[in-house]
Amino acid sequence: MSVLRNSTLLRHLLVTASFALVLFLAVYLVDDFSVNQVSTLAVYLCVCFGLTVLIGGNGQISLGHAALMAVGAYTMAKFLPSYADEFGQVSVGVVLAGLLLAIVVTTAVGAVIGLAAARLRGPYLAGATLALGVAVPGVTTYFHDTFNGEQGLPVASPVVPESMASAGWSIDRLVALIAVGCAVVVLFLVANLKRSGFGRHLAAVRDHEIAAQLCGLSVPREQVKAFALSAATAGLGGGVLGLVLQGANPHSFGLVLSLTVLGAVVIGGLGSLRGALWGSLIVVLLSRVLSELEVNDNAPAAAYGLLLMIVMLAAPGGIQGLVARLGGHLPRRSPQPQGGN
Amino acid sequence: MNRSIGRWQGAGRARRTAVAAATLSLALVAAACGGPGGGGSGDGGGDVPGVTDDTIKIGTTQPLTGPAAPGYARISKAMEAYFDHVNAEGGIHGRKIELIVEDDGYNPTITAEKTRKLVLQDKVFALAGALGTPTHTAVLDFIRQNKVPDLMVSSGSLSWNQPEKYPYTFGWQTDYIREGKILATYAQKEFEGKTFCSFGQGDDLGADGVKGVETVLGGDALKAKETYSVSNTNVAPQIGKLQAAGCDVVFGFMIPGFTALALGTSAQLGYKPQWVISSVGADPASLAGYLKENAEALTQGVIGALYLPVIEENNSWIKLFTEINEKYSDGAALDYTSLHGYAMAYAIAQALAAAGEDPTRESLIEAMEDGAVSRGPSPTPYAYAADDHSGMTGSYVTQIDKLKVKVLTPPMVTDDGDGPVEEHTEPEEEAPANGVPE
Repeated sequence: MSVLRNSTLLRHLLVTASFALVLFLAVYLVDDFSVNQVSTLAVYLCVCFGLTVLIGGNGQISLGHAALMAVGAYTMAKFLPSYADEFGQVSVGVVLAGLLLAIVVTTAVGAVIGLAAARLRGPYLAGATLALGVAVPGVTTYFHDTFNGEQGLPVASPVVPESMASAGWSIDRLVALIAVGCAVVVLFLVANLKRSGFGRHLAAVRDHEIAAQLCGLSVPREQVKAFALSAATAGLGGGVLGLVLQGANPHSFGLVLSLTVLGAVVIGGLGSLRGALWGSLIVVLLSRVLSELEVNDNAPAAAYGLLLMIVMLAAPGGIQGLVARLGGHLPRRSPQPQGGN
Repeated sequence: MNRSIGRWQGAGRARRTAVAAATLSLALVAAACGGPGGGGSGDGGGDVPGVTDDTIKIGTTQPLTGPAAPGYARISKAMEAYFDHVNAEGGIHGRKIELIVEDDGYNPTITAEKTRKLVLQDKVFALAGALGTPTHTAVLDFIRQNKVPDLMVSSGSLSWNQPEKYPYTFGWQTDYIREGKILATYAQKEFEGKTFCSFGQGDDLGADGVKGVETVLGGDALKAKETYSVSNTNVAPQIGKLQAAGCDVVFGFMIPGFTALALGTSAQLGYKPQWVISSVGADPASLAGYLKENAEALTQGVIGALYLPVIEENNSWIKLFTEINEKYSDGAALDYTSLHGYAMAYAIAQALAAAGEDPTRESLIEAMEDGAVSRGPSPTPYAYAADDHSGMTGSYVTQIDKLKVKVLTPPMVTDDGDGPVEEHTEPEEEAPANGVPE
């Protein structure tokens, strides 16, 4: 036990391993239809893990994360075709290389946006990132020859390896496996980053910029780093979503997606990775449950909005805040606003 | 003072409990969804998915909510009404048609999810009449991988006509290249010597339409080519550019909402070109819904295309669909959007009937490729063949007059290559007495 208490790395490995086990079991056990939702869940997890570090961990905000996801998806769409076979499919290795490239490209884009974001505060930052999110369809239409406008580009699907195909694995299930793998890696890396000097620097900047500067931290640099990190996970999530949708198009990466991932992070509890997990679960399961009940086509959206309001009023710390409070393990703290001053 | 650090240190056990709880709930979800993973698709055995002794289950994805809903929600209502009628008449080969309509809000992400639900969970026999170019493009590969017949896609994109790549997908309405060619041929004759330009949606609708126009007029005939994005409702910059280029005739490849915006914006700018618009954006009833009291003045004289029978002509099909519409759709008046739904549902019923007494997915595809779907209400014949999965081959050229459609030419037919545009002279088919295909 004491080894566990002392070694963060070991503890995170253990938690990540159990997280991985459940997700992999989910991929293996669910039916052909639900496996797609496991993939979607993994996409939300990738994006929300990074976004919660940006918002809760560093005090910035992004209303345009879907644009970064789009960068990831379009990177995949552009990279994969040159390696495709006659059916337009690519090997798993190429897919993984594509995902890595998506991370690299999106991190670079995120760093550039982060440079602008670091100069902005509060509503101005919200406005700028919102503009980013809204710009996606315009950009794809303007550079029509590159991005094929509103229609978007196809993303090649992976070839199911012979051994898996004979065991009855479908493409959707293989994609879910890749998606879940990505979510696990992101969880492990982000959890460790949060606990490292990197994470504490971000938190210092969030809590008091002047104090952080007095300690020798460069506020803009920490903010750019946070934005780049969240962009990296968003790019990965976007790349995986491209695989799930077998395509990249502006409609799929619209404002609704930006607000959904933001909502997931807020509902789950800002700044907490467990919160991001709760939030993602709710986003994916709520629509599934409500559409099975067949109440009304608009019911998921309405329920989601209602839930957001209830959480804001009753549990400002999100679901994770509520869980922790009910658990009674946390010392009571005075409520203070999240985010930078 | 630092929430983040405090939380991570203070909550070792709480955290693990929470993770355990989260993972447990995930596991429960996994278990609840049930079924052994990797069991393979259920293609084997004699059972045909979605077909029982007395029902055939088919599915469709439609925008019932969201920005495209106002124009298009009536299509699936018409389909439902028509199949209600078919079922009341005893169904097809004694089987009742069960249509499952899923709402995708014109968002490809949701289309992907809903199409998987229809195929994998509801196990439909076939998909039919799925609406939208960007939406349906997102599921083409999934459909190929799952070998589901995908009939009468409700969009004029050429993507549906790729029999080698997507052998299970068939188009239905006249594609945008054909319409572009037909409209350009008419304009070339009527507006000789004028300046031609185009304004189109930034996807296949705009691109293919312009391609069709240029096939007829030549590659550099369009002085200005502007596009819009569905998510940006300010079209003033593009209309301004068309005005500045001195365009007399503008070919429009737009959905109804953007036709309305283009007409309204050019009126505001004091700019009055002759609009020549493809069928999807030229339905006066839809335009009147957007333009309200200004509709008549703004749409007067707009030239359009029409791949459906003319409602005012009152032929046997219009009579049939008007009756069904009154009976099963709360007495709503028949407009072109619901007529689209009726004509499409009739073609779907034809295909299902032609698939035989004991339909299989293979026999359905065979029937489609054999050309078993005859014209029915369509003014032009279908192109269906083993090497051609496109649908209708042409349309009327029309003009809007006092919010009614006036026909300017007989039905014109052409191909999607560089073939000629010709009049179609065969007389129209009569509707079957009970309104159900043999």
